[in-house]
Amino acid sequence: MTAALRFDPIRLPEKCEQLRKEVRAFLAEEIAAGTFDPHKPNREDTDAPEFSRRVGAKGWLGMTWPKKYGGQERSFLERYVVTEEMRVANAPTRRFFVADRQSGPVLIKYAPEHIKMDILPRICRGEICFAIGMSEPNSGSDLFAAKTRATKTDGGYLINGTKIWTSSAHIADYMIAIFRTSQPTKENRRHGLTQFLVKMKQPGIQVNPIGQITGQYEFNEVVFTDFFVPDDHVLGEVDGAWKQATSELAYERSGPERFLETYYVLTELVRAVGPNPDTRSAEGIGRLVAQLHTMRRMSVSVAGMLEAGKEPVVEASIVKDIGTVWEQQLPHRVRDLAAFVEETASNRETLERQLDFAIKTAPKLTIQGGTTEVLRGIIARGLGLR
Amino acid sequence: MAESDNIVVETAEKIFADLADPQTVNNDRKDSWQAPLWQALSEAGLPLSWVPDDLGGSGASLADGFALLNAAGRFAVAVPLAETMLAGWLLAQAKIASPEGEMTLLPASPKDWITRDADGALSGRARGVPFAKAAKHFAVLAHGKDGVSIALVDASKGRIETGLNVGYDHSDTVTLDKVQPVTIKPAPKGFDQTTMMLMGGVARSLQIAGALEAMLDISVRYSNERVAFEKKISKFQAVQHNLARLAGESAAALAAATSAADAIANAKSFDDAVYLEAASAKIRCAEAAEKGGAIAHQVHGAIGFTLEHILHRYSLRALAWRDDFGSESHWAVELGKLVANRGADELWPLVASR
Repeated sequence: MTAALRFDPIRLPEKCEQLRKEVRAFLAEEIAAGTFDPHKPNREDTDAPEFSRRVGAKGWLGMTWPKKYGGQERSFLERYVVTEEMRVANAPTRRFFVADRQSGPVLIKYAPEHIKMDILPRICRGEICFAIGMSEPNSGSDLFAAKTRATKTDGGYLINGTKIWTSSAHIADYMIAIFRTSQPTKENRRHGLTQFLVKMKQPGIQVNPIGQITGQYEFNEVVFTDFFVPDDHVLGEVDGAWKQATSELAYERSGPERFLETYYVLTELVRAVGPNPDTRSAEGIGRLVAQLHTMRRMSVSVAGMLEAGKEPVVEASIVKDIGTVWEQQLPHRVRDLAAFVEETASNRETLERQLDFAIKTAPKLTIQGGTTEVLRGIIARGLGLR
Repeated sequence: MAESDNIVVETAEKIFADLADPQTVNNDRKDSWQAPLWQALSEAGLPLSWVPDDLGGSGASLADGFALLNAAGRFAVAVPLAETMLAGWLLAQAKIASPEGEMTLLPASPKDWITRDADGALSGRARGVPFAKAAKHFAVLAHGKDGVSIALVDASKGRIETGLNVGYDHSDTVTLDKVQPVTIKPAPKGFDQTTMMLMGGVARSLQIAGALEAMLDISVRYSNERVAFEKKISKFQAVQHNLARLAGESAAALAAATSAADAIANAKSFDDAVYLEAASAKIRCAEAAEKGGAIAHQVHGAIGFTLEHILHRYSLRALAWRDDFGSESHWAVELGKLVANRGADELWPLVASR
């Protein structure tokens, strides 16, 4: 067969279940203490720095990283459990999520040792927040059209230009961004971009909030004006960022956050229909649960491949394609079924409030972190069509 | 899946490649391929894979048998291999030895019911029984006053009204009217018709997943050959994105089916977690059969709609398999009830337990 895709039935090892209990107990305590409301969707503009530190103190940030950088050297499957439990509980993970998933691993791979020793332990302690500087006003999915310039100067680079749609830039301590250090060549239009570590909250960087259709202000425009980045903040090869991007995608695209973003409406629907649902509600819920279970099994399978040192880029793209389309449709399917929920259901107001927010959130889910179109292009390449 | 890593599947794939090549089978209007294929499968002991040695079978593991069914799906195998395996498995639950020859099992729908009299005679009607016409024996699950029994029945004792499913395979109605079985024994404690339906549903899920893998494979190949508007159709983005979606449906079906197979192979009992796995597999694979099959046909255009092309051997069978041992609608209602009954706050713990 030309198109061999495997999703082996990976099971989470026993140690994960012990960890899951610990995470649930911790979250229950936080909920009891009023840190967050699990019935309230995880508003991404909610910043919870103290919660972030307490998660760090538990050893649940950077948990797969080397101990010398503050990590725990635990498995990807253990990290998976922490991530999914936080997501399902609607815990406010915004402050640490990007650093833990993405920025830390990039630094481990490409940053000089003294920077790793400085920054990684602070991520693990939940002290610092990262943003990702990819998109520009005229460069979104087409990453390699980025124009923001990094011009060589004494001891470093001067940055001029604008990044946009940058989540959390208004609270971030650092950004990992790509800037143009050379022009693309005829042979390789991806050439000429370099990955940099940027220390935020300094003169030369202006962060302008952008309102989203949900009513949140969690992404931003970030304007750089003659902003200085020292040489040791270059991450990886100058002009060669394109070589560094692909392997990270599997981590970014296959996690539980790629199908659980609107999960709360399903829980609340089950609560609203009660223990003896009519046939219509039962069938609707049954299908949604079957789809959810299947995606989670695919996602865990990819986590198992990552743990085994593979780079399942195509498989991860499939998980994100199916997962994000599902979580985008979920509030609408739940709305269909909720139309017949008894007026007297005790959680009716909660469900309606959640649906209102989830329906507004839904359009972004198939755009952020790689659009459906980009993902299907990657899958098609994997099938040998491009 | 590119290559198999177990001997049962390797043996089966070699036989399928030699004697059940879809194009050869499709060209053969007289079905003369059936007898040699069945003979080769029987000589290799594959139809009784799930029957222990001491009951006349070859004693393969549940896991190997499931992998074998996935391979059978990849070849759209149209002899009662899955049915004989399931029948042998059912009989073995009650320590009843399996006879030689083709078997099937009944009932094949959760809505049908076979009853057992005080004197052991079986009565009832089972619809949509796959390959009943070809079967020499039936493995029957029957309900009596004192509980559930499993019986071996001589197929000639039943009345068979033949029919065909949408995949052109036999799907018959079997009526038993006070039929005395060859052997009848009580089912093990906790074993009921739902257990049997879940097992049958997972078998069908693996076959559907296999058929989807094959549909993806032949669709990708065709798109790389067929030229339209002066280029290969695989170069059109619309076609690429359709095939990417087919890959997703194929992957989802395979993941759901292999996960459920793994769950059953390692289960001590059919608890809620196994129920979630098995019901989900049937629901999700049935959905994938519809969505994925439609894309495979869209990519092939008119040629895929002809009898001479092999695509329908996969696409129609995958659709037909949705109906056996409970449709996706049936399982969705049952799974929905189970979830609602456990309560909202128990949904995530159930999903996360897998």
